[in-house]
This record gives sequence, structure tokens and C-alpha cells, in this order.
Amino acid sequence: MIKNKKPLVKLENAGVYKSSKWLVRGVSFEIYNGQIVTLIGPNGSGKTTTAKMILNIFYPNEGIIKNTTKNIAYVPQKINIDWTLPLRVIDFMKITNHIKNTQIMESLTLAGVEHLLYNEVRNLSGGEFQRVLIARAIAKKPDLLVLDEPVQGVDFNGEIALYNLIKDISDELNCGILLISHDIHFVMSATDHVICLNGHICCSGTPKVVAKNPEYIKLFGEHTTSTLSLYEHHHDHSHSTDGSISK
Amino acid sequence: MFDDFFIRALIAGIGVSIVAGPLGCMVVWRRLSYFGDTLSHSALLGVTIAYSFSINISLSVFIVSGVIALLLLSLQKRTQLPGDALLGLLSHSTLAVGLVIIGLLSSIRFDLMGLLFGDILAVTIEDIFIIWFGGLIILGILFFIWKSLFAATVSYDLAAAEGMKPDVSNFIFTILLAGVIAISIKMIGVLLITGLLLIPAAMARNISNNPLQMIIFSVLGGILSVIIGLFSSLEFNTASGPSIIVAALILFILSLLPLRRNSALQK
Repeated sequence: MIKNKKPLVKLENAGVYKSSKWLVRGVSFEIYNGQIVTLIGPNGSGKTTTAKMILNIFYPNEGIIKNTTKNIAYVPQKINIDWTLPLRVIDFMKITNHIKNTQIMESLTLAGVEHLLYNEVRNLSGGEFQRVLIARAIAKKPDLLVLDEPVQGVDFNGEIALYNLIKDISDELNCGILLISHDIHFVMSATDHVICLNGHICCSGTPKVVAKNPEYIKLFGEHTTSTLSLYEHHHDHSHSTDGSISK
Repeated sequence: MFDDFFIRALIAGIGVSIVAGPLGCMVVWRRLSYFGDTLSHSALLGVTIAYSFSINISLSVFIVSGVIALLLLSLQKRTQLPGDALLGLLSHSTLAVGLVIIGLLSSIRFDLMGLLFGDILAVTIEDIFIIWFGGLIILGILFFIWKSLFAATVSYDLAAAEGMKPDVSNFIFTILLAGVIAISIKMIGVLLITGLLLIPAAMARNISNNPLQMIIFSVLGGILSVIIGLFSSLEFNTASGPSIIVAALILFILSLLPLRRNSALQK
């Protein structure tokens, strides 16, 4: 990791206090260009809250957050599109930026959902919508990409394809990526840095280091250690979205 | 062939529906119809203030509705009272206070029915000027904040995260809503203004599959409702507001008919 470069985001002892309790506290880490940082932790451990601090949706009640880029793309956990709003995928792709149609097609193709361009967003399945959300985020060519549970509702093969895609985005755009996952059994090995949250940072490091950390084992149980980083990223073959593998 | 007052009402009504189209769509998408109701009921208070201090009705309504809107926004953040109860509280109390004040101001001649349901005879050249000039300003500002407002309608978090400043556009939109109520109060009346915002937009939803289409259809639907409504108001000697809303309702019902064919095409 190139540590002499300026970080895209730097959190120093940041915390959010809401409804008379600390949702998360004492969080310090940095995200650099080309780096994939993964936040893991049980439900209610403050993963999304931490992401929302970085995204300026929540303001930290203590500590400091320094953002050096404004070109941020966000893949939220959930979006509810009201029935009254007739929104097609092509309209949704353009909601925060003016993006050229060729760029839209390119991103949708990368995410494997180019055939859904004129479909109403409301009618998409959970997995399709996740892919569209990711396509929208990468079409912006962001400096910082924040993905909150991007593979939820996606089947296992699709999950691998999406993790591959995220790795490719990181390589191609050299952007910083913050990935949130509750799926502790399946942290992509392409992750440079894993941060394990439970109201505070309980441990952090490379996936292999975190997997051996006693704090981590205490939080998630012994059986998880063998399956963390189950998926190793290889480039000797590629997965298409239907699950078939080509060399 | 028509009387002057009728031409004036027609020009005013068309102006109102052009402004009401895009704002009405936004109100429907953001589920703000009850919010709009509250603002328009508070307009009655604005009218009484206008009469008491003899200032322009639209200006006074705009100020009172704007203040109520801001009060509502801040109360929604502070009280434990659920949103709909808070809206109901303000909606009915502003209407009641307005009516009580009208009762007290017995020295001034009031056309209460006209205030509540609209009166085409009351539309003056000055009103037309206010509607078209005010309407252009409202549409201009709306155009300027549209991108941010629309992004926030789809997802507040997404808009906030990607630097669209949704709080600013939400705030401005609320003021614009007070503005459209102010310019349409004479045509439609206090009780039915929200109808002109909602019904053409709801009609448009049935026949469109993208946001721009929905706005265009709701403007066209609004204009058609005004034309049909005003003609029947003249013909049957009914109040202009209800006539326009009934026309809009009929268009809405008609829009339900081709719904099945349209949705079959989409899927």
C-alpha cells in the first residue's frame, strides 16, 4: 500500500451519538486510491453508520472526518421507489450526474444488466436492482466508491461475479473502495484491509490477520475462521453472470 | 363570443395548470398531498390578513403559507407527534382560525364561497399577471433545483452522499409549493387547490412510463381540466374550483381505461 500518498478519506476517532446512545465510536482508518477496505461486523455494529459519516449523510458527534474528494459514488443498502414514480433504469442511471448514453451502456454491460435499460426500476428483482445500483455508481467513474452490502439478494455465482467486478473496478479506476458486508464467511480476498466493527473497531488488518485475531474469533465464533477469505481471486478464468466459467 | 371575464379565467387557469403539473408530480412522488392540503388551508388565514391590511391576496397567502410550511418542517423534526397528526392539527386549526377571523371582520364584505371554492368572476388582469409572472419564477427555480430534488425523491441518502444538497432543495421546494397555492387560490379556492396538484398527476401516472412523460401529461391534463371545468362552470353556473376538479376526476377515470393495454406492452 502506498502510504505516502494523501488518503481519500481519513477518520480520526469518529463517532455518532443518536437517540441517547453511541451508534459507533472511536473509529479511525483511512482509505487510499486503489485500496479496497471491507467493514464487517454483526447487525447493529455501526457499519452503515460509519459509511454514512464518510458520505456526509451523518455528521460525526466527535472526532474528525477529512474527505479529499467530492467525486463519491454510493451503493446504498436499500432504495424504495414509490409506485407513483415511473422510473426506468435509464432515468435512474442519470439521477445524480449527467452521464453519456455510451457510458451508461458500458457500465450496465459490465454489471450484466444492459438488457434492462428501459425496464421500470420498480419491477426489477432484488439481484437485478443490486446490479443496476452498482452500474450507476461505476458509471460516474468515482474516486471513492462506497458499497453497502452490494451482493444482498444475489445468488452465489452472481456474488462471485460481482466481487470480480468490484475488483476490476478498483484496478481500472484506481479508486478507493469501501465495502460493507455482514457476510463474514465471505470476505473477498482482494480486500486490502478488513475492519471488524462492533460499536468500535475491535480489530483490523489484512483478511488473514483478522481471521486469526482472538477478538474476531470471540465475536464471530471459532467456526468462521476456517471459512474467511474462502474465495481467492484468480484471473485464470472468468465467470459470466449465468454462472458459466470460461478459461 | 365569450365575455371578458371568461377569457381572463381561461388564461389564468391555463397558467396555473402549467405550474401545477411538475409541482403536482413532485407532491405525488414525495407523498406530500396532505402537506399540500395543510398549506392551502392555511391560505385562508393569508386571505383574511390581506383583507385586514389591504395588501395583495397572493402575496399575503404566499407569506402565510410559507411561514406555516417552515413551521411544519421544523416541528416535524422536533415533536414526537406523528407526521399525519401534526399535519391534521395545523391544517384544521389554520382553516378554523381563518374562518373565525372572517366572522370577526364583519365590516368587510366577504365572498366566503368564492374563497373556499374559487370564483372565475373575480379574476382580474392583475391576477393574470401575478399567475403568469409568479408561475414563471416558480418554474424557473424548480428547473434550477430539479436535479437535486429528483435525486432526493428517489433516495435521500444517495442524493446526500453524492453532494446534491437535498436539504436545500427540499426547503426551496416547500416555498415553491406555498407559491403555487398563492397564485391559484382565486381560481380554485382554498379547499380544492391540492386537487389540481394531485389529480392530473395521478391521471398522468396511469399513462406514462417515465418521469418527463408524467410531467407533460399532467400539465396537459391540468389544462384540459381547466378548459372543461370553466366551460361547464359557465354553462351550469357552478363554482369554478369544483367544476375544474370534477373535470380532472373524469380525466383520471378515463386514464384508468387504457391502463391494462399499456402495462401489457411494458412487460
